[in-house]
Amino acid sequence: MADHVTSTTATPEQKTAAIEMVLRRHGALADGFIEDFTEHADDTWVTANGARMVARAWTDPAFRARMLADGTSAAREMGFDFPEHHRHLVVLENTPDVHNVIVCTLCSCTAYTIIGAAPGWYKDLDYRARVVRESRTVLREMGLKLPETTEVRVWDTTTDTRYMVLPVQPPATEGWPAGKLAQIVTQDSMIGASRLDEVKG
Amino acid sequence: MDSLHDLGGKQGFGQVVYPWPPHDEIWEPTVRALSACALRNHIYNMDEMRHAIERMAPRHYMSASYFERHLTAIATLLVEKGVTTREELEALAGGSFQLSGPIGPGRPPAEPQSFEIGETVRVKNEYVPGHVRMPGYIRGKTGVVIGITPPYPFPDAAGHGMQVPIEPTYDVRFRSRDLWPDSCDDALNHVGVFQSYLERAES
Repeated sequence: MADHVTSTTATPEQKTAAIEMVLRRHGALADGFIEDFTEHADDTWVTANGARMVARAWTDPAFRARMLADGTSAAREMGFDFPEHHRHLVVLENTPDVHNVIVCTLCSCTAYTIIGAAPGWYKDLDYRARVVRESRTVLREMGLKLPETTEVRVWDTTTDTRYMVLPVQPPATEGWPAGKLAQIVTQDSMIGASRLDEVKG
Repeated sequence: MDSLHDLGGKQGFGQVVYPWPPHDEIWEPTVRALSACALRNHIYNMDEMRHAIERMAPRHYMSASYFERHLTAIATLLVEKGVTTREELEALAGGSFQLSGPIGPGRPPAEPQSFEIGETVRVKNEYVPGHVRMPGYIRGKTGVVIGITPPYPFPDAAGHGMQVPIEPTYDVRFRSRDLWPDSCDDALNHVGVFQSYLERAES
């Protein structure tokens, strides 16, 4: 390290530019890839995908059964896709008495093509360290008060299986069409940080 | 490896910043795209990427943002794979570029065995110097298999660039009070566990 102490540390922007240059010289980075990938990620891997699956599960019992049995096939059926290394999507069903919450303690894995890119708090150290051990406390601090009788199920994403939560449909929304229901489904509710209790008819 | 990336159950952390403040750094989506580019070109695999992040010096890991950790890992792997050198990276970046610590040997999977849903299993009491996807909080603990998920490349080998067979993984349910007796909220903790990390236990 001694030979580096006199130089200034490169900024993240400078480091990014250096890596970009290296990959370009190596022949791995095609012109336009960064722009095309970013546009594809931002437009295609969105929370609305999971929200549409949830809304359909609320309104279509046969789809709900398929989604709970095989989340991957249910997602593909609706035209959603996965990166090569995500081989399985498990859908976790909330009930009035069961609450599921997802974390990745070792890094920050998520079903990002289905629920959208993970929010900053999900990737932050505090959430990763605490939610496995202090689930009720952490959720309460985040605004979700669970009755003592609720069973909390924490899911740590340690393999390349991915998880999403199927929230309970807010009673006030009974009878709504799937298109309208999809708009109330938040990313947080599919991670398990909220239960959509705040949704009124 | 038992480093600071293995955060589950560590104490002393604060309130989760929620909701997360709006954040717009132009270089971050670029890092995401560069990482995807390197993966698609098979310069390295996801397990090697994760292990390169784990090998960051603890002080560096704890102080770096999510995308700074990714930058460090990509650069480390590009140097280790011979695509560039640290000197070239620093010349291009115009400043010092701290990389992750050196990589050690990986390990092959254990002898094949299989477990069924409902079976009581114990996580082996293993201390692995290289890449491993067993969070420390389940080491030596007993739980019940509640799901079998598709096979994946064994990370302890894949993270070191070794060619390996794939092996099944299991969703194992633990009770929080078995993991942290008298020092946790009551919950059921589910962890995805590779077959090689498990052994049969008396129920």
